[in-house]
This record gives sequence, structure tokens and C-alpha cells, in this order.
Amino acid sequence: MSQPAGTHPLLATNGNLRRRHAVNRAVEISAWIAALLAVAVLALVITSVAVKGISSINIDFFTKNTANFGGGGIGNAIVGSAIIVGVATLMAVPLGILVAIYTSEFAGQRSAFAIRYVLDILNGVPTIVTAIFIFGLIVVPQGKQSGFAGSVALAIVMLPLIARSCHEVLTLVPGAVKEAGLALGASRWRTTLSVVIPTAISGMITGALLAVARAAGETAPLLLTTSIFPDLVQTSPGQAIPNIPVTIFKYSESPDPTKHAQAWGAALILILFVLLISIIARTFSARTRRRLGAAR
Amino acid sequence: MPRSPGEAESAPRPPESQTMSGPPAGIEEMHATRHVRLEDLNAYYGSNHAVKDVNLSFEPGRVTAIIGPSGCGKSTMVRCVNRMHEEIPGARSDGHVLLDDVDLHASNVDVVSVRRLVGMVFQKPNPFPTMSISDNVASGLRFTGTPRGEISDRVESALEGAGLWNEVKDRLSSPGMGLSGGQQQRLCIARALAVEPDVLLMDEPCSALDPVATLKIEELIGQLKEKVTIAIVTHNMQQAGRVADTTAFMLDGELIEVGPTDKMFTTPDDDRTEQYVTGKFG
Ligand SMILES: Nc1ncnc2c1ncn2[C@@H]1O[C@H](COP(=O)(O)OP(=O)(O)OP(=O)(O)O)[C@@H](O)[C@H]1O
Ligand SMILES: [Mg+2]
Repeated sequence: MSQPAGTHPLLATNGNLRRRHAVNRAVEISAWIAALLAVAVLALVITSVAVKGISSINIDFFTKNTANFGGGGIGNAIVGSAIIVGVATLMAVPLGILVAIYTSEFAGQRSAFAIRYVLDILNGVPTIVTAIFIFGLIVVPQGKQSGFAGSVALAIVMLPLIARSCHEVLTLVPGAVKEAGLALGASRWRTTLSVVIPTAISGMITGALLAVARAAGETAPLLLTTSIFPDLVQTSPGQAIPNIPVTIFKYSESPDPTKHAQAWGAALILILFVLLISIIARTFSARTRRRLGAAR
Repeated sequence: MPRSPGEAESAPRPPESQTMSGPPAGIEEMHATRHVRLEDLNAYYGSNHAVKDVNLSFEPGRVTAIIGPSGCGKSTMVRCVNRMHEEIPGARSDGHVLLDDVDLHASNVDVVSVRRLVGMVFQKPNPFPTMSISDNVASGLRFTGTPRGEISDRVESALEGAGLWNEVKDRLSSPGMGLSGGQQQRLCIARALAVEPDVLLMDEPCSALDPVATLKIEELIGQLKEKVTIAIVTHNMQQAGRVADTTAFMLDGELIEVGPTDKMFTTPDDDRTEQYVTGKFG
């Protein structure tokens, strides 16, 4: 601002303008610092897990089963986690999507609001409470832990996430597009299936993927339902199934330093999986945004 | 606009060869025969009485324009004709909408068959965002269970009917959203025509378009009126003058006056009509 204060109003410098610049700058800088801090925390977590875990990652780590002492790997835990989360996804995704379709397309304003409110509460329930609930509902009557019980507990964690995120993208589909379907003689269901869902599908996939990422790392629901397992590959949901989060938990309590390193290694695998899922989810959500942007 | 009222109808049609290449069936063979009569029609949004005791008919072979200031109930009235009004929560209507002699609101009339016979084109072009050009046109046919084998012929003839075939025939499988605004609106007209409706409702179909695209649609209306009974809502007085044979003027939910377009714009019976068409209010 070394301009000499001329007579032209555009060139006049005054305190007000300077103050606005200063405030603007201050806000910009603090927002920037806050963003940097958030990124730094994530980077710190990932690098420290990577540094501590990378040494235990080799082929054996993926192919060998869990063991109480010495070597071994987490092969059976990876397979088990995939099964538990897969079964949970099969339960939560269809149900969550149906709930979202109901609240966004069919329910009256009041019941849609009530259902969304309930979903928000369900989302806020601590996962250990969900775990105790399933423990009482499935594990106690059956007299044993099972992968299925773990899946049900994870599905309860996933359901509100999926239903809410799918509801949001479904309501983004412009009303004009729905009207076009109805005006062509399609029923509400037909319009929803042929027009609304295809328009919102990538956003719905994003929601489902993020719920999968969240469920993959959930520990509390599995501790009470599927944590007492032999060091073998177990694929039957009727039995307790080995899984990554409980393995991390057990290994980190072990007195054996190799097990500590393996706990870090398993944590690294888990974080990489979550990162991968998030990146895939991002690409889907970018696609939805393009599509809905075009429909506006 | 350098055109005088009535010129659009007499504008030279595109050469016949353009439609000769098409299949024999479909749009070319349609003839406007259906009469729409509104009798004592009332429509409400909750307690808001938006359309009051309207009596009006849409004649086959003639274009009926509905004019009136914003909020006077034009859209609400035409949306009663294809029963889209009832889709809005809290909305209801009474009175009669007769297609020839059948009441469209009768309990034994299925809303799906109403909407097959009465097509609609909206204010903003609204092609289905995930569908290609040809899928957009085919969508109504698929909703109503048209045999697979017939679809591609009917898509072609609908696109020809909407004057869009030559512009899109080489990219039928590209997205409908990739077209210009005017092309998208003609795509929506083609989509409505594909199910071969007897009546076509157009709610301000040109208000989002530039003058050239508007002119194209007006020419299209001139050609289509032989094939379907057309009612068009418009804010544009010149447009009503160019495309409509009959004009109806609404104010505050009431139908004030209806008559031949020339008369409505030169010597209307009602003072309010005169004031509106001469731009004194609204
Ligand atoms: N979805 C709705 N819910 C409640 N009231 C509505 C709704 N749509 C329209 N109305 C009301 O009904 C009346 C008539 O509206 P309508 O849309 O039919 O007017 P219009 O003549 O088409 O106006 P415009 O020329 O601006 O499109 C207005 O008072 C409007 O506020
Ligand atoms: Mg309107």
C-alpha cells in the first residue's frame, strides 16, 4: 500500500480498509493452522504406526495364523475380519438403503423426522453398549461366542451411518427429475428404482463404503462376541471367528515384544485398508456430485 | 421479436424427406382428437384455494394458451389435468376434468393411464441425469411395458416428432445432460411424445431458453397441434400470440376470460384482461 493517497476514492487508503485486510489475514492464517494441525495428527498417527509396524510385515505375516508366542502372522484374522465385516455389510446395507428410501421418498414429514432422529440416537450409542446388548441377545442364549453375533453387532453400528448418508444423497436428487418420472406414468416405486436411485447410486456407495471402513476397525462389539478363538482359520459364522481388532488388542497385552511389533503391523494393515476404502469412496462421491450438479 | 402473431403456424414446415426416412408407425400417424373439459374445477394446497371454479376446454387441433400473473394458479390448473397435483402432500382438488366424457378423477380410472394419455413438459428441462439420449426417450415406454422390439423405432419417431433427430442421431447413446438447454427441452418433448399421448400439457416450456431455442419449440408446437391436443402455460404474451389459437386469462385462481387469441389481445371483453395484455399490471 505504498500508493500516495490521491484524490480518487479508489486509491484512498483508510484505517477501515487496513483493518479489514488485517482481520481477513488473521482468519485466513488461523484456519490454515487448524487445517494443518488436523492433517498433522493424521500424518503422525500413520507414520508412527508405519514405523513401528513395518518391521513385522512380510509374507509370513499374511499367510501364517495367529500364535501366542514368537512368529506367526495374522492370516486367519484377516480372513475372519473379512467374513465378519462382509456378513455385517450384507445385513446393514440393504436394510439401511431401504430405511433411507422410506425416509426420503415415502414417509410423511413427521415420521421421516422421527426415524432420522432415532437413527441419530442409534449412531450415538456407545459401541460397548451395542456389544452388551448383542451379548445378552445372542451370545448368552447360545452359550458361546460366534462370528455371527459379531456381525450383528457391527451391522447395528453400520445401519445408522448407511441410512443417514443414503438419505442425504437421495434428497439431493432434484424434485424435477422425480416429477418427470411420475408424469410419464411411472409409479412412485418405479420412479425411485429407475430414476432416483441410479442418480444417487455413487453417493450411496460412498456411504456404504465409509460404514464398512468404520466397522472394520470397531473393537468393542467384537470383544464380547467373537474374541475367544483358536489360532486357526475359522470361516463358519456359527463359531467365534478370529479378527484383526481383537488380535491387535490381545497382542498389545502380550509380554512378548515380537507380539507388540505384530500388533503395530496389524494396526498398519487396518489403517491402510481404511485409507484405501476412503479413497475409493471419494471417487464415487465425486462422481455423484458431478451428476447431481449436472441435474440442477 | 420480428415475428407477428400467427406467423409460427404458417411457417414453412421442414422438408418432408426429414420424416420419410423414419419408420411408418408412431408420431406421424397420430391425430389430435381428444377434448379436455374442466368443469367447476377447484384446487387447494391445504387451506390455500389456488384454483377457483374453473370451466375451460382444450380443443383438439387447437393450441390453448393460459396466461396470467405469477401465482394465479396456471400451473396448478394444468397439473390437475394429469393428476400431478395430487402428488403434493396436502393438496386436493374437486370438480371434474373430463377427457372426452370420462372423468379423470373417477375412482375406476388409474392414474398411470391418465398420465399415459396426458403428457407433460415442465418449465425447466428435466432429462433423467443418468440416462442416454435414447434411454431418456425410451423411459416412458419402458415404464409402461412396451415390447422391447418396438422401442428403438418409437424412439426415432419421437425424436423426429420433436425435431431433434437430425441433431442427435449420431450420438443416441451419449448422456441427455450433454445437450444444450433447448435441445434438452426438445428431448423432454420427445420423451413425452414417445408414449403417444393424446394431450400434451406444457408449463412455461420456453422460460429457461434463449430466443432461437424458443422459436424452434414454437414451430414444433405448430406442427404437433395436428397430432395432440395442446395446452401451454406462458408468461410471454408474444408467445401466446404466436402459438395459440385460443387464449385463457387467469387471475387469482379464477378464469377471467377465454376466447380466440386475436380477440383476447385486441378486443377482450373484460377490463382486467385488457389491462393485463396491454401490460398495465401483472
Ligand atoms: N407446492 C405448493 N404448496 C403450497 N402452495 C403452492 C404450491 N405450489 C403453488 N402453491 C400456491 O398456489 C398458488 C398458485 O400457484 P401456481 O404455481 O399454480 O401459480 P402459477 O400461475 O403457475 O405461477 P407462475 O406463473 O409463477 O408459475 C400460489 O398462491 C402458490 O403460492
Ligand atoms: Mg407456474
